[in-house]
Amino acid sequence: MTARTTTRTTRWLRGTAVAGVLALGLTACASGETDSGEATQDADSALEEGGEITVWAWDPTLESVAADFEAEHPNVTVNLENVGTGNDQYTALQNAIAAGDGVPDVAQIEFYALPQFALSEALADLTAYGADELDGTFTPGPWGAVQQEGGVYALPTDSGPMALFYNKRVFDEHGIEVPTTWEEYVEAARTLHEADPDAYLTNDVGDAGFTTSMIWQAGGRPYQVEGTDVTIDFTDEGTQQFTSTWQSMLDEELVAPVGSWSDEWYQGLSDGSIASLVIGAWMRGNLESSVPDASGDWAVAPMPQWESGEEVTSENGGSSLAIPAASENADLAWAFLEYATVGDGIATRVDEGAFPATVAELEDPAFREQEFEYFGGQQVNEVLADSSANVAEGWQYLPFQVYANSIFNDTVGQAYVSDTTLTDGLTTWQEQSTTYGNDQGFTVNQ
Amino acid sequence: MFVGPFMLVFALVFLAPIVYSLYLSVFRTQMVGGTTFVGLDNYARAMQDPQFWEGLARVSLFLVVQVPIMLGIALLVALAIDSGRLYGKSFFRISIFMPYAVPAVVASLMWGFMYGTRFGLVGNLNDALGVSLPDPLSPDLVLASIGNIVTWEFVGYNMLIFYAALRVVPHSLYEAAEIDGATQWQVVRSIKIPAIRGALVIATIFSIIGSFQLFNEPSILQSLAPNAITTSYTPNLYAYSLSFSGQQYNYSATVAIIMGLITMVIAYVVQLRGMRKEA
Repeated sequence: MTARTTTRTTRWLRGTAVAGVLALGLTACASGETDSGEATQDADSALEEGGEITVWAWDPTLESVAADFEAEHPNVTVNLENVGTGNDQYTALQNAIAAGDGVPDVAQIEFYALPQFALSEALADLTAYGADELDGTFTPGPWGAVQQEGGVYALPTDSGPMALFYNKRVFDEHGIEVPTTWEEYVEAARTLHEADPDAYLTNDVGDAGFTTSMIWQAGGRPYQVEGTDVTIDFTDEGTQQFTSTWQSMLDEELVAPVGSWSDEWYQGLSDGSIASLVIGAWMRGNLESSVPDASGDWAVAPMPQWESGEEVTSENGGSSLAIPAASENADLAWAFLEYATVGDGIATRVDEGAFPATVAELEDPAFREQEFEYFGGQQVNEVLADSSANVAEGWQYLPFQVYANSIFNDTVGQAYVSDTTLTDGLTTWQEQSTTYGNDQGFTVNQ
Repeated sequence: MFVGPFMLVFALVFLAPIVYSLYLSVFRTQMVGGTTFVGLDNYARAMQDPQFWEGLARVSLFLVVQVPIMLGIALLVALAIDSGRLYGKSFFRISIFMPYAVPAVVASLMWGFMYGTRFGLVGNLNDALGVSLPDPLSPDLVLASIGNIVTWEFVGYNMLIFYAALRVVPHSLYEAAEIDGATQWQVVRSIKIPAIRGALVIATIFSIIGSFQLFNEPSILQSLAPNAITTSYTPNLYAYSLSFSGQQYNYSATVAIIMGLITMVIAYVVQLRGMRKEA
């Protein structure tokens, strides 16, 4: 299974006043100033006229957003449909677009999958609605992800700047210091596994999202995309830095052979036998809602670094909302999309545990200083928000990343179950991705 | 004229999907460049596609090992129940048939949990007995583990086919054999098995088709063992992955057609052989 880098959010309403305060600043600059001509006015008149839009999304926080939106605009009906998570939904969307029938008006699309839809002109360019003027509203990682060739094809709903989530109880028990570099991280993995052979510092059975995010942080830029000219190269220095470290983790069997999102994984996170995760910020909400028994055990630290003293991070997952080009109700769809991503919808979603992608929220003291009971009162958002400000620039995904990720375990995954090395696996992945890209009409590595 | 309605439904329901697949298989749709007619290019590609042939080799191995085991067990059970010497035979009959009523997806999930080395049955056995059983979901063993699930699911079904065939063997034959002083073993070998040859051939053909179409079990176990079960593990899984993850509908249709042809040829050969001996 490919990375399920979606936000699993909690419906747990935190009793702080984050919501109201946050919303004010943002809506003012969003809906007020982006009056780039007729399109916005069309959206306003569409709202008055009313109508029905269909939204395909699996993010549970959108339910409240849709309900609030309907309450605010009684003429509008929002049909929120969950047609599957991640890849399942993309398949359905791809089919609907190909058939030209049953296409939703708004669709949730993860960042890694956006280029694929944007490039095939399946999505509406939102610059017509003034989306390009939202520069600075979102953090650099997500904002970079929704732009393609000068167009803006979606607006971010959440982001996944990476951090080290660790089980403080287990760390304290074995006297393990929180690692600040990857070298210390490997050392911590050894110490823990020696002290308790049933416990592992982390789990991994081969996850495309994790691997690419790690290469991203290490400075590797394996994918270069310019229009239909694509380069795939897993031999650069950053990639090698990651593979050599992770290979030693695999060789010494310091990684629990448990797949993420499996029952075993949740049990491991709960009982401490999987003692840490380097993962996107959305894990905060997921731990709270899915691993309730470990409340008080977990804490969050910055992502370990390749060079001591640095503060470089990367993104892991994160979603956006887009309007398919075939939508028959694009103006109304934009009104909803704007409400959910830069309007009052943000506050609702943050309240329910989503990790925002908007600068205003991330810099807001009320958000940053919120204390989480689950994390022993730690101001978790502070660490996570800092991570989102330190995301390394220049990362690109393939315009056929969905397919590439689907064959990750066929290729790189072999390094987890056989003598194949990660480097060999990445070479095979590169070859198969190259073949596929060329078959699909791209110019890959030519 | 009277066959008109039948022919219409037949054409719509049976021929149309095949014709549409054939139509798909001579085109190529690219993300960049759209759809073009490519003639037999997709077939040429399949001929040289190691992933396809490896998948086919895998299901063939599955076929020659799993099918004889499954049919052998089914035959033994059918003979035991038919012999009338088994106490509580209807209980055995129903409990052996029961797994067939469990949907393949549920069965695979169930076995998948049992195969788990950490929290599953295998893990529990390891803990309880202090042993270290091999991981049934490792790349070397996962095909055998799938074979085990399929055998569990289909022994009852095949047993029922054999049992039904055994029930219609005239009792006068057994009585005649008894008068001639035949042993039970001779009765089985000379009367019962020849009498149900037709059922054996049918069950074999169904099993061949089932093996070549292996999909549910590996597809479900894939989420538990993503590195052991690749996206091209069986030809059917490969066709599915091509179509759903890769948007390669045209090539996927080609793989499906080639697989259908191979299955037909092998099933036909088995039928010819089986029926010729009967005559």
